[in-house]
Amino acid sequence: MSYAILMSSSTDIDSFYIKGLFSYELFGQTLWITTSHVCILIVMLLLILFAVIANRKLKNATEVPDTFQNIIEILIEKLDGVVEGSMGKHAPRFRNWMLTLFFFIFVSNVSGLLGLRPPTADYGTTFALALVTFCMIRFNEVKHNSLGAIWKDKCSPLPPWLPIWLPINLVSDIAVPISLSLRLFANVLSGTVIMALVYGLLGKIATAWPSVLHIYFDLFSGAIQTYVFAMLTMTYIAQAIGDDE
Amino acid sequence: MNITGEDLILACSAIGAGLAVIAGIGPGIGQGIAAGYAANAVGRNPGAQGQIMSTMLLGQAVAETTGLYGLLVAILLLFVKPLV
Repeated sequence: MSYAILMSSSTDIDSFYIKGLFSYELFGQTLWITTSHVCILIVMLLLILFAVIANRKLKNATEVPDTFQNIIEILIEKLDGVVEGSMGKHAPRFRNWMLTLFFFIFVSNVSGLLGLRPPTADYGTTFALALVTFCMIRFNEVKHNSLGAIWKDKCSPLPPWLPIWLPINLVSDIAVPISLSLRLFANVLSGTVIMALVYGLLGKIATAWPSVLHIYFDLFSGAIQTYVFAMLTMTYIAQAIGDDE
Repeated sequence: MNITGEDLILACSAIGAGLAVIAGIGPGIGQGIAAGYAANAVGRNPGAQGQIMSTMLLGQAVAETTGLYGLLVAILLLFVKPLV
């Protein structure tokens, strides 16, 4: 009961809790397969299905596109434009990952509409995503800058021989994945909790009209948070690359 | 009726959760200011509406983070009950 949101629980009224389905032992630790895993699998299946269908459609694309092909082309072009706008000439290397991130987070956030518990309302999911971002930032920083330039950047307001600001800059680097993941997690979780409270408290009165709340909390908030997470990821990576020519 | 220590902690957790969500004031003011200036900018330069929109949303989402920390503390106090 105590760590219910973060782990699992067997209470019955709190429908927004993550529930453990079955547990197994690994190296003396008890681990749980939770509803989050199942929901992530469903989201992944949906995305793979969409990808396969879209791929097959584009393999025999027609000169004059029909509806489905149009939708795919608009989606890819818009998202490519967003990536291009914030990463400039580095965009082609990150395009695939950013589009995957867009689709995964968006479908995860919206999956509340399908009756799933959004996988992004689990801190494990968002922290994993933010860790990937963190690794990409640091990797690109080392790849595109010399070690001397990085050292100079880490001591940045003061000259490089006086590293008083070094710990502060390091802490602000470490804070990046934490704030990224907490932002996404808390936004989606707050929507989930509020929807669960509305359905739980109002019972039978809550028919049809909570769809307005669903539009705000699932669609609008989910889309905004997807955009923000992806934009911040791209901004941080572009910042870490710097302007090497 | 006697109040055990656990009851007292639960009651105080509820009060603490309420106090923690006051953190929402700051982001509210900040987001309002951001939206106001964005409206101002669109009024001056209607052509740049798309870019102003995306900049505003990004800034607002970053400003929102502190409020969300308060929300997280409240949720942890109410549902995870770390002090009991």
